Formats: sequence, structure tokens, C-alpha cells
Amino acid sequence: MSEVDTAGWTRKDLIGLEDLSRREIELILDTAPQFVEISKRESGIKKVPLLQGRLVVNWFFEPSTRTRASFELAAKRLSADTLAMSASTSSSTKGETLHDTLANIEAMHSDIVVIRHGHAGAARMLAERHSSQIINAGDGYHEHPTQGLLDAYTIREHVRKARRDPEAGLDGVRVAIIGDISYSRVARSNIWGLTKLGARVVVCGPSTLMPPGIEHMGCEATTDLREALSQADVVYVLRIQLERQQKALLPTLREYIRLFRVDRESLKAAPPHAIVMHPGPINRDIELASDVADGSRSVVLEQVSNGVAVRMAIMHLLVNSGKGWQKTED
Amino acid sequence: MSLVIANGHVIDPASGLSKTGDVLIEDGSVKAIGENVEGDDRLDAAGCVVCPGLVDIHVHFREPGFESKETIATGGQAAARGGFTSVVTMPNTDPAIDNAGLVDFVKRRAREGSPIKVWPSACATKERAGKQMTEMAEIREAGAVAVTDDGSDIESAWVLRRVLEYAAMCGLPYLAHCEDASLMEGGAMNEGFMSTRLGLPGLPKAMEEIRIDRNCRLAALTNSHVHIQHVSSAGGVAICRQAKAAGLPITCETAPHYWTLTDEAVMTHGANAKMNPPLREAADVEAVKEGLADGTIDCIATDHAPHTVTEKDVEVQLAPFGIVGLETSLALVLTELVEPGIITLEYALALMTSRAADILNLPAGRLHEGGPADITVFDPAAEWTVDPAVFASLGRNTPFTGRTLRGQVKATICDGRVAYQA
Repeated sequence: MSEVDTAGWTRKDLIGLEDLSRREIELILDTAPQFVEISKRESGIKKVPLLQGRLVVNWFFEPSTRTRASFELAAKRLSADTLAMSASTSSSTKGETLHDTLANIEAMHSDIVVIRHGHAGAARMLAERHSSQIINAGDGYHEHPTQGLLDAYTIREHVRKARRDPEAGLDGVRVAIIGDISYSRVARSNIWGLTKLGARVVVCGPSTLMPPGIEHMGCEATTDLREALSQADVVYVLRIQLERQQKALLPTLREYIRLFRVDRESLKAAPPHAIVMHPGPINRDIELASDVADGSRSVVLEQVSNGVAVRMAIMHLLVNSGKGWQKTED
Repeated sequence: MSLVIANGHVIDPASGLSKTGDVLIEDGSVKAIGENVEGDDRLDAAGCVVCPGLVDIHVHFREPGFESKETIATGGQAAARGGFTSVVTMPNTDPAIDNAGLVDFVKRRAREGSPIKVWPSACATKERAGKQMTEMAEIREAGAVAVTDDGSDIESAWVLRRVLEYAAMCGLPYLAHCEDASLMEGGAMNEGFMSTRLGLPGLPKAMEEIRIDRNCRLAALTNSHVHIQHVSSAGGVAICRQAKAAGLPITCETAPHYWTLTDEAVMTHGANAKMNPPLREAADVEAVKEGLADGTIDCIATDHAPHTVTEKDVEVQLAPFGIVGLETSLALVLTELVEPGIITLEYALALMTSRAADILNLPAGRLHEGGPADITVFDPAAEWTVDPAVFASLGRNTPFTGRTLRGQVKATICDGRVAYQA
């Protein structure tokens, strides 16, 4: 493959899409296709030496299969060494602070630290103090920027295909995000990312799972599924945590299904060309009906494939950019 | 030995005195206020304000139990550095101050180590558990000036009713931390757009409003003095205003962070902008200022709540609530209330001296001949930048780091002795 351009990337870390400009988001999305190609190579050798000799630490405080595997694969396809640390094997249960644990990781000369943490702000807190390049793999209900980026990439691919325009962007594309908005970092990263790219986002869910002031993030909000779907080019279904009903946030899952499940019936409200997305893991037949999840409109597995490429693009940009950020450190 | 504080702008809010002159101190008392007064020692106060020692009726000195956060000695030094000569300590220590022996302990530790006067409050219920009331008559005899379960509300209205009836009999005001904890749910900051944006669980204003309302109604039912602590929201101010208009026996306080910061500070200062009740929104800041200007809010307190750097140096959600306030309070009053003309200098000082003292009947907050020589001297024009590293408090947890303020304490005199001098 040709030299991948990293010009224009100046950040040390990737914490949230709220921080990024449209240009920065587009730079990531434009960097990704070359890495999509690597994973599809006919030779079967899905590897480039862009991060050779680098150490990528995957530090996960919450259970994760997909995101963790995706980061690990992305790092390996860039020829980096990877080290996986989970909460059960880390020192967090022994009372060590997050800062101390990271300082210890850094003492082993890590380059990128990917962190998934249950509390909002954890990634930023670390990024501001430590020299490691931090990628936020999800912090509480705050952000999950790589998910937002792989979703934007996936949507853009479909828009380009549908419009037969390889340069098309997301301007004017309508995205409906359905489900538990309050407790969703995926929703927040998607709202920031997609609206910056010019898409029009409407969020839809039960009033008890709709956070205050969400419309100030630049989206619309409704509790009416059919209204949300009526003009959607993209139907983005969020995972509903099954324990929400125990906290008096939902009467029953049965009623949630009645009002908010995306299935063949409710999807009739959407335009016929609308695609269906889900960040996974799916609660089959609860927020998303099986026939839709497995149907022709679902791009769920494309999201997963694209996830590896987008994460490769991000790691490449972080490590191989001009390092303008180093000048500001003392 | 006598001391003259010379050529200062002498202000005694309670008597209306406000003129340039000298204050003569002898044997721990104010001997004379006048012009060209002679004494053994002389402290030049030209350009400075000379006022009664400031009074803060809401501080946490953490002793016994949490001496790495603050002790009565270090808290007293921080108070002196901030211009305070009288503070009321909260009883949520470990053990909680819920009997006369522990009240006595606090007073002893203050005598041994604090350069300023410490007036202990004691628990309203045993172990602050909200169930069984404390022996308030004996607690009063031991020297407590109020009862409170500060840090939490008393959940049961039935228990609180009896506490109020009994406290009134014992001559003790009740300090009410108003919070419906059932709405808390892990909340770490004000609930609103900022909590949505930061992905942090929110603390809705209704948490405080519901309980201010309930506690005011119980004050009416029992005809007992309830002092509402740390009012932070527009709704809270409005409920206090109504209750007062209806003649209920309530008073209330607010703290400097509620008229200077909004919940946006959580974004920049993280856990050092986390306290309970939390920083609210712009409309609430305005309402607090209005409440100060129209007399709804009776006094300014700091809710000085020190924690160790380590305890605060964690994820916002895991950090304890509270910020330090003693060493920034006066400057925040001068810079953010007096300078923009929201209240006058004299009235601001009333809220920090006589009016605060009167709420709990403290013999403090006044500057007159024959009275105790509790005096603060400050330069209202001196500019300084907040640097927690130089705080006398063990706590460094402030959201005001780096902020440039006007008004600096030059000397704090307590019972005629210099408790702090810049």
C-alpha cells in the first residue's frame, strides 16, 4: 500500500468526538479505507508494519468482547505488541488509583493505552496527566468515540453506494437513534460525530431514558418511534439494559417492546432504503427483532468489520502523526 | 501591652459604624475606637478595612476521625488566614459528635491548637442515624451551639418533628441539610445539560427543594428555629423567601461557590468542583445573588469541606463531595458581590459577621468598645491569585485555583492576640 497520509492530525489522544472538528473526523474516515483493504488482502497477510515495535495496552475495566477484540486486532494488524489488562487482573481492586496504575504501565514503556472504564471522565483524567496516548474505548455514559467513528464510516459507505457518489458526505442524512439515550455513551458519541458531519439526528426512547437537555447537543428528541423513523435514512438501535425495569425506569420489557422495538412492523414507518445499525451485543427480539437484525437492511456485521479498520486508522494517526502535541508538554 | 490598629476604615455592620479611625486593643478587649489613639504596638491599617472578625457557621474540621483531611488546629489556621475569628464545626466526624463528652473533646482540641474560636455543633440524632435523638440538654451545657445531622437530612419527618420540638426546648437551633436522598442515585453533579454532556449521573434541584419545603413546614409545625444550610438553587431561594414572608422561624445560608460558579466548572475542575448540593446553572447563580441582595439569605457560610489530594484525585463519580472555602470566601464576596454592586461592602460584612453570629446567638461578629477584640484587617484592593499550595488548610480541593481575586486579609486578631498576619 502507498504511504498513508497523517498530515493534519495533531492530537495526543482520542477522548471524545465532542472535542474533534469535522475536519479531524473526516481525516480519520478518509484514512480508514486503506486499512479496510489490508484486512481483505488476497494474499491473506493482513498486516502492515506501521506500529512495529510499539506497545498497545488494552486496559478494560468493564466486560467487552467486540470492542476489545477489535482494538487488539487493529493493533496486531499494525504489527504492534499488545498487552491486555482487565479489571480482574489489574490493581483496581487492591485500592491502587487509576493514575498509579497507568504510571506503572508507562514504566514498561507503553505507547498507546486503550481504556474502557465505568466512570465518565476517566480517560480524559488520565490523558491530561500522562504521556501515553490514550484512546477512550468507553467511559461511563460519556463517550465511546471509536464506536461513533466506525458508525459514521459505515453510514458514509452506504450513502456513497446509494448515491453512486464516492465523494458523498453525511450532509442532510437523517439518523434516528432509538433506545436508552440516558445511559448510552454510544448515543452521545454518535450525536456529536454525526451532527458535526452534517447529519440530522433524532433520538427516540422512553421519557425515563431521555437525559435532560439532550437537544442542546444538536439533535431532536421524541418519544414517538414512528415519528423518529418516518424520515430516517439510518435506524440506529441501542442496546437496552435488561435491568432497567428493576430501577423503575421501565414498567416491563414487554411494554418497551410494544413501544420501541424495531421490527418489521415498526420499520414500515421508515423509508424503504433505510439501513439498520446496532452497536452490539443485541438483545434479540427485545430492542431489535431477529428478522430485521438478520435481514437485508441490517449492516450490523459491516459495523464490526469497519471497526477494525477505523481503529487501525486512529492508532496510525495517533502514533505516526507530526506529534505537534509534544511541543506543548514540558 | 496594648495594640492600636491605626488609620483603617473601621466598619461595624451591627451598629452602622463606617469611618476612618483607630482601634485600641487591650487585655483582649476593644478599649477604644477613635482618632489619634496611642498604644504600645501599632499596626498600620491605612487603606484597609477593619471589621469584626468574620464568622462562618458551617465548617468541617474533620477531627476526630479524618485528621489527614483537616484537624481542628489546621482548620483554625485556615480560618484565621481567611479572616475568620469564629467558626461553627459540623459533627459528621468519626465518631460523630453526638454526646457531651465529644463536644468537650472538640472544645479542648480547639483550645490546644486553634488560633480562633471554635463553636461546636452536635448531632441531632445518635450517630447521625436519624433514629434516636441525642441528649441535647447536656450537649447544650457542654457548649454546643446547634444540632444538626449535616451531611444528611433526617429521613423521617416524625423524627425530625420531635428533634425540632426537643431542640427548641433546649435552646438549640437545628441546622438543616436539605436533601431527598432517594433522588440521588449515584449523582455526582447538578442534573442538566452539563451532566448529560459529561455523562455523569445528576442531582436534580428538586432533591434540595423538596426538603427545604418539608423542613420549613416542620419549623412551622413545631415553631422551632430551622436554619437551612447551603441553599444552591433558584427554587430553594424562592421557598425560603416564601417561608419567611409567611413568618416561619427559618434562616438560611449560601456559600461562595453558589454565586460564582455553574456546573460548567465540573468540566474544567473535575472532582474539585464536586460538592453537595452541587454547582447549579446560570439562573440559579442569579437567584442566589438576588436572595443575598433582598435579604432572603441571612448569612454567608463556606461549608469548608477539606479532603486529601489523593481522595479527590480520582474519577469524578468516585470522589467525595466537598471543597475548601475558608481562605477564599472573603475575596469571593468582595470580588463577585461587592465590586459588581450586588450588595454594599457594609452589608456583605454583616452577612459574614453579626448576621451570621445572630443566627446561632454567638457572642461574636461585632466591633465595639468593651467587646472582645475579634478583628479582621483586610486590604479590599489587593489582588492575588488563588494557589492552594499556600493554603493553611490541609485541603487543596478548590475549584478557584488560578482565579485572580481582590481583597486580601492582612491580619486576624482573636481575643486581642494576632491569629494571623500576612
